Amino acid sequence: MYCLSGLGGIKLRRDGVNLKIKELKSDIAHFRDLSITIGAIARETWVEPMGPTPFPSLTTLRSWDRKLLERYKPFYLPFCDLCCLCTYGKCDLTGNKRGACGIGMAAQQSRTVLLAASIGASTHTAHARELVTHLIGKYGRDLPLNVGGLNVEVEAPHMRLVCGMKPEKLSDLEEALDYCEKQVTQLLAVTHTGQEGNNLDFESKVFHAGMIDHVGMEIADLAQISAFDFPKADPESSLIDLGLGSVNINKPVILVIGHNVPPAAEIIDYLREQDLTTEAEVTGICCTAMDMTRYSAKAKIVGPISWQLRYIRSGVPDVIVIDEQCIRADTLQEAMQIKAPVIATSEKNCCGLPDRTLDDPDDIVADLVSGKSSGALIFDPVKVGEVTVRTAIAIAPKRKKHKVLPSVDELIRIAKKCTLCTLCRRACPNDLPVSYAVKAAAQGNLNGLDELYDDCVGCGRCESACPQKIPVHSLIVTAAEKKTAEETFCIRSGRGAIQDIEIRKVGGPIVLGEIPGIVAFVGCANYPKGSREVAELCMEFAKRRYIVCTSGCAAMSAGMYRNDEGKTAYEMYSGSFEAGGIVNVGSCVSNAHISGAAIKIASIFAKKPLRGNYEEIADYVYNRVGAVGVAWGAMSQKAASIAAGFWRLGIPVVVGPHGTKYRRMLLGRSDKEQDWYVYDTRTGKKVYGGPVPEHLFFAAETKEEAMVMIAKLTMRPNDTSKGRAIKLTNYIDLHRRLIGGMPPDMHLLVRKMADIPLTMKEDIEKILQHMKWTEHEIPDPTLLSRMIHTPKEA
Amino acid sequence: MPLAESWQTAEIPGPKKASLIIKPDIADAIIRRAKRPIMVVGYGAVEYEVEGIKLIECLIELAKKGKIPVVVTASTAREFRNRGFSPAALMPAVDIGNRLTDSTWKGLDGKDTYDLAIFVGLPYYMEWTILSGLKHFASALKTMTLDCVYQPNASWSFPNSTIKDWAANLRDIVENLGD
Ligand code: SF4
Ligand code: SF4
Ligand code: SF4
Repeated sequence: MYCLSGLGGIKLRRDGVNLKIKELKSDIAHFRDLSITIGAIARETWVEPMGPTPFPSLTTLRSWDRKLLERYKPFYLPFCDLCCLCTYGKCDLTGNKRGACGIGMAAQQSRTVLLAASIGASTHTAHARELVTHLIGKYGRDLPLNVGGLNVEVEAPHMRLVCGMKPEKLSDLEEALDYCEKQVTQLLAVTHTGQEGNNLDFESKVFHAGMIDHVGMEIADLAQISAFDFPKADPESSLIDLGLGSVNINKPVILVIGHNVPPAAEIIDYLREQDLTTEAEVTGICCTAMDMTRYSAKAKIVGPISWQLRYIRSGVPDVIVIDEQCIRADTLQEAMQIKAPVIATSEKNCCGLPDRTLDDPDDIVADLVSGKSSGALIFDPVKVGEVTVRTAIAIAPKRKKHKVLPSVDELIRIAKKCTLCTLCRRACPNDLPVSYAVKAAAQGNLNGLDELYDDCVGCGRCESACPQKIPVHSLIVTAAEKKTAEETFCIRSGRGAIQDIEIRKVGGPIVLGEIPGIVAFVGCANYPKGSREVAELCMEFAKRRYIVCTSGCAAMSAGMYRNDEGKTAYEMYSGSFEAGGIVNVGSCVSNAHISGAAIKIASIFAKKPLRGNYEEIADYVYNRVGAVGVAWGAMSQKAASIAAGFWRLGIPVVVGPHGTKYRRMLLGRSDKEQDWYVYDTRTGKKVYGGPVPEHLFFAAETKEEAMVMIAKLTMRPNDTSKGRAIKLTNYIDLHRRLIGGMPPDMHLLVRKMADIPLTMKEDIEKILQHMKWTEHEIPDPTLLSRMIHTPKEA
Repeated sequence: MPLAESWQTAEIPGPKKASLIIKPDIADAIIRRAKRPIMVVGYGAVEYEVEGIKLIECLIELAKKGKIPVVVTASTAREFRNRGFSPAALMPAVDIGNRLTDSTWKGLDGKDTYDLAIFVGLPYYMEWTILSGLKHFASALKTMTLDCVYQPNASWSFPNSTIKDWAANLRDIVENLGD
């Protein structure tokens, strides 16, 4: 409700733009309790009737969540035995103990998951708010939303589904944002001491946070695609330079880090306006880099989040511009070491810098170039553009790419201080054999350090731990000098949405199972064994003619590997949403297009009512759309909320081994037959649908285990026999190659003889006989009793 | 090297921490006392080799002598089969962990619940989190690790040891079990 000042009791609601006038006296009349609805209704052009759950509250979809949680019971993996959230604590919650507030361990873990998911959802929502406010200021409230012209009619599947609204212009997004902000506030309140105490209710709210997160992401990407004219669902968006080696170090170099693209866009605009485009390099790390290359294909991506330390220490960037999310908290200190000024641009990340927003650009540039200031906080993106470019050009000749990476001789000399105490290794998240590599380097053998480079996530914890103050990460980067120079890859620029026509083409084959699945590689770069594994996973599934999607840091990792012919994944496979395509949708917020594609399959292909109809669409996606999310290096709270948004839609998510630190898995029990019954909509009977998809949230130990599990998790109860046979072929083939032998659960996944892949018939029949398998019906599956056809419909 | 500190320094759980297996006899006694033991072997076990002997060979011997069913995770199965040993089950680590928290689960053979789960060879931090799940949610189950590093969330763990000491300990455990 918005109170318009000066109008006393007049209240204006954005949803429906409803004017309520408590009392209005004028010369001609005297009204009481007058209610007028204008605006939304007047501009309503969407004829689809409203579904049952527009703008769902915290509990509206609780019964749907419970259905999923009954199958996928949480397996909690406490990361700490204690709770320290209030001054009663610390409370020891080990085993059956309860905290002073009465909470037990299961609820406490789910509460922590909710905290993470709420942080994630709030971060995307806040980012969306910042973008929308900025873009309305720059382009006006009436800028039409356009994510793909006539090719994308369902422009906002999440907003349509969750909010029941069809946004047409920038200002329409505010209504959905209001809703998201309200929900996130309520979700956060749930985690206060003495609120929720039941773990499953916490879990349901985790799902809610995820759903909100996807709306928030969709708002952000719709706004920026429309206003900045990013590629509009273009399967042939540009190929972008990627990697440390692709940066021209003879020019002034600007580095942008973060997720909010307006300052980077203004840098590019300033370069264009001043005809300086060829005079400076604009490079980026993380999602700002991704979005910047959607704005200008000449910009370059250095790499994912884990490239921050190595790139800054190389001395190549002359100015570092940071905005929000996933930026190292020590960026300013690192930048000071290489004498590069930092320009902070977000209220969420001020770095302790003085606010220079209102200062004359001449003065700011002078202070930064002279070294009088190590950085500046500037909230005006236009001013950021000018100050950054002018500073970079002026400071570059002075800095002479001052770096803090040691030379090889220095490296060996420094390494001699190593006492082999192993504290670096014990601090390393990946337990890398750092200490031995440093010790070997002291003898002049750099191979060990060089080998570590590929698996190192660039966190710097080894350095903080070293009592000898050895800059271990820097030693690794120096030892791998040759590799870093050869990091010249490419990535397809983020294309944004999936076209309606693409959905129409693949909808049938996906729902029938003939395209074996959609596999989305998303999320951060906390990989157990380096980026390369993501590239290998992507190529494996593209080769097998799954539809592969990528986004964010994972999209970069997918491009950071060349095959024997020297080609990256993006050069080998098409950018279309089709079997065998590798579709980079864009940055973190573009993940909404991947989940959105699953929703669009239900709406466009299956013609399911979309508007405010969450449960029915999720039920359709869960039972029929063989999509799997893979966040192999998931690290952040945003990754948690992104995953949660997939879960509520019934889309399983696979993470790497670090993912167990998210504190719980959602695992099905294929051995419990009773868990896998669904309604057959044709008969209304409850029938066995098989353990598919087996899990909703699963951490794999190795890349090989992940590959096999991904193939399995694309199975759905609705698969036709032909589709199931294709999915089984991939699953069995991968299992044989990577795990060894036939999978142990064939009897649970084959429903009819016709499901058996022809080439494997003999082997499978033997297993089925041994397991005393019998055929069972393929249902027209649903978890919702209200979806059972009435006799007339049937 | 501190004996009973988490190998990954920051992975500190809380008040309840694993008892140390300071002598191989302790591990033998634990295994002998168990009525229904099970062993979970992660992919890391394939990579360890000490003085020409692969850890996996030692584990096979342990499983045979102790009559302990082995669940292998990830792509560990092939290494077992290559040595003529059939694991009782192939299962991802989180799956077996999850089943072990279910007090109604009657085990791989459908006969009874397990009372001892022996873990070895998972990535340190993943074994840590799974053992934490079991510490809190599998009250009737005892857990033991055979890795060369201290796992605080197990009921019993080796201290942080050199590979050589640890291999000698493992050999002793296996030999003693045969008595
Ligand atoms: S929130 Fe509850 S469990 Fe946590 S410290 Fe406070 S009283 Fe203890
Ligand atoms: S910087 Fe690399 S080597 Fe050092 S602790 Fe982090 S991941 Fe390990
Ligand atoms: S922490 Fe430092 S001194 Fe200790 S092993 Fe590592 S590099 Fe050497």
